[in-house]
Amino acid sequence: MSILECRDLCITRGQAQVVSDLTLSVRQGEWLAVVGPNGAGKTSLLHAIAGLIPLSGELRLAGQNPATLTRRQYARVVALMPQQPAVPAGMSVRELIALGRTPFLHRFGTESSDDRQAVDTEIIRLGLTELADRPVDQLSGGELQRVILARALVQEPRLLLLDEPTSALDIGHQQTVLELVDQLRRERGITVLAAMHDLTLAAQYADQMLLVERGRLVDSGRPSDVLQSVQLNRTYGARVEVLARDSGPAVIPVRPNRA
Amino acid sequence: MTTTRTAGTVTGTMPSTAPAVVPSAPRRARRALRWVLAVVVLLAALLAGALVGPAGLTPASVLAELANALPGVDIDSGLTTQQQAILWQIRLPRVILGSIVGATLAVSGAAYQGVFRNPLADPYLLGVSAGAGLGATIAITAGGGIGAFGVPAFAFAGGLLAVGATYALGATVGGGRTSTVIILAGVAVAAFFSAIQTFVQQRFDDSLLAVYTWILGRLSTNGWSDIVTIAPYVVLSWVVLLLHRRVLDVLALGDVEAASLGINVPRVRLVLVLTATLGTTAVVSVSGLIGFVGIVVPHAMRLIFGSSYRLLLPLSMLFGAAFLVLTDVAARSLIAPAELPIGVVTALLGAPFFLVVLRRGRAIS
Repeated sequence: MSILECRDLCITRGQAQVVSDLTLSVRQGEWLAVVGPNGAGKTSLLHAIAGLIPLSGELRLAGQNPATLTRRQYARVVALMPQQPAVPAGMSVRELIALGRTPFLHRFGTESSDDRQAVDTEIIRLGLTELADRPVDQLSGGELQRVILARALVQEPRLLLLDEPTSALDIGHQQTVLELVDQLRRERGITVLAAMHDLTLAAQYADQMLLVERGRLVDSGRPSDVLQSVQLNRTYGARVEVLARDSGPAVIPVRPNRA
Repeated sequence: MTTTRTAGTVTGTMPSTAPAVVPSAPRRARRALRWVLAVVVLLAALLAGALVGPAGLTPASVLAELANALPGVDIDSGLTTQQQAILWQIRLPRVILGSIVGATLAVSGAAYQGVFRNPLADPYLLGVSAGAGLGATIAITAGGGIGAFGVPAFAFAGGLLAVGATYALGATVGGGRTSTVIILAGVAVAAFFSAIQTFVQQRFDDSLLAVYTWILGRLSTNGWSDIVTIAPYVVLSWVVLLLHRRVLDVLALGDVEAASLGINVPRVRLVLVLTATLGTTAVVSVSGLIGFVGIVVPHAMRLIFGSSYRLLLPLSMLFGAAFLVLTDVAARSLIAPAELPIGVVTALLGAPFFLVVLRRGRAIS
């Protein structure tokens, strides 16, 4: 069953159309990677799917028209892990994660014991027990990423949107975070839609890949089909080689005329 | 601190039991202590406000007279009927009004800072002061025709009008989406209203002193009537703001993240701004423009108790009330029998106090 379907999706920001006529479909439990150069419209696409910016065209979430959902209902289906999450000074890790329960609370209520239970479950699941009482503004990039992931997970989403989830991390932490997301996806059947810069990593985790350039779809399909050096060189204005590996295609930058 | 963290870790790793959801005993005690402290400080401030003043009321007789008001107590306070009237009709209304004004300005300031995620936001940010100032100036210069009762009514209307104009302007220009546009619209509206106010004031310079006195703020009252008049607006704004204490924590994450967590940001912002404005305008209409409370008190609370709005809003109310009552005591007694304008004292006392708290907060973090 497809959790997300877009047909002829267009997004306009100010005067500029940043996404044009995009059609895509994601099945429940799949991992879809959205790749493309800077300014391709990846973040706009994620924000539009999260219902944060207006769009035209057709969008269906779990078969429903999202325009009929309230913000609160929406947040119970879709969770967004932002590229640069806000880090309110003095807020503790536990408090920040608990804000993910917002869509389940009464409008003016505070957390019930069930909500606190859900928060504690994720804290343990993501290995944050030691950090739970630390102020979030004193975390490292990798720790913060795990905290924000925990906050998205306590929303109990069916669709998890990741906006360049690993761009601030070193290679070890990149793998840790992506591995964690993939485990959770398998365990809970969460659908993952991730905008990513690292093509090799994207290929290792994604079932499907979408290559976009200036808001338009260039190619889509299995990562090994989409990641072709000619196509990447043209789209990114880059010089890369693509090596076939067991874990998927590896995209290597090349420098042909180094002295 | 160390004990708390150790306790949490131990419970968290214990097999088969529910994870640590119950805060450890010392932390709960510390939480309770905040409220005890806040209430004690407020009660002490109220008492000081009732005890200090001219007219030769001794502390013992005032305490006896206050105790008399309790059911089942009957002590001879030794106060004459006139002295009783001074206590019940002049001093106490003034103390209560001071606490209401202080609580409202502080809680509105905290809410404004949260809604606009701007540490410099104060309750006057969107033009309340300029609008109320214009309204009061018009009422004062028009003189007897409008009367004393007219000044609060005109100030109230002027304040609401200015913020309404700000919001309408912000919505036309920026679709009401970004807080920056609304703040800038507030700057424009405030400048516009201030210009008209200055013009009116210059044209009718015989009422300059009265206008100036109003702008500097004062807490003198005519008995309980001011308090009764503003109570409905003030209480409504307190209730609505306190109900949004957790929502303000979510708003601290920014518009995008708050929306992705299920908050209808434009609607919540509108509700919060309108209620904070309603409360502020109501108190400004009877007290004039008392500056500094809306910025100093919430920030002092942040530095001492942390930045969660769940604590910040109620604690700002309690300490804001205490702060303004004590400030008023100082304003009444520093150059007694004359009085200093309370707005002067809030700044004179508030600025050094704020610097001390700021230094202390830095040292802690």
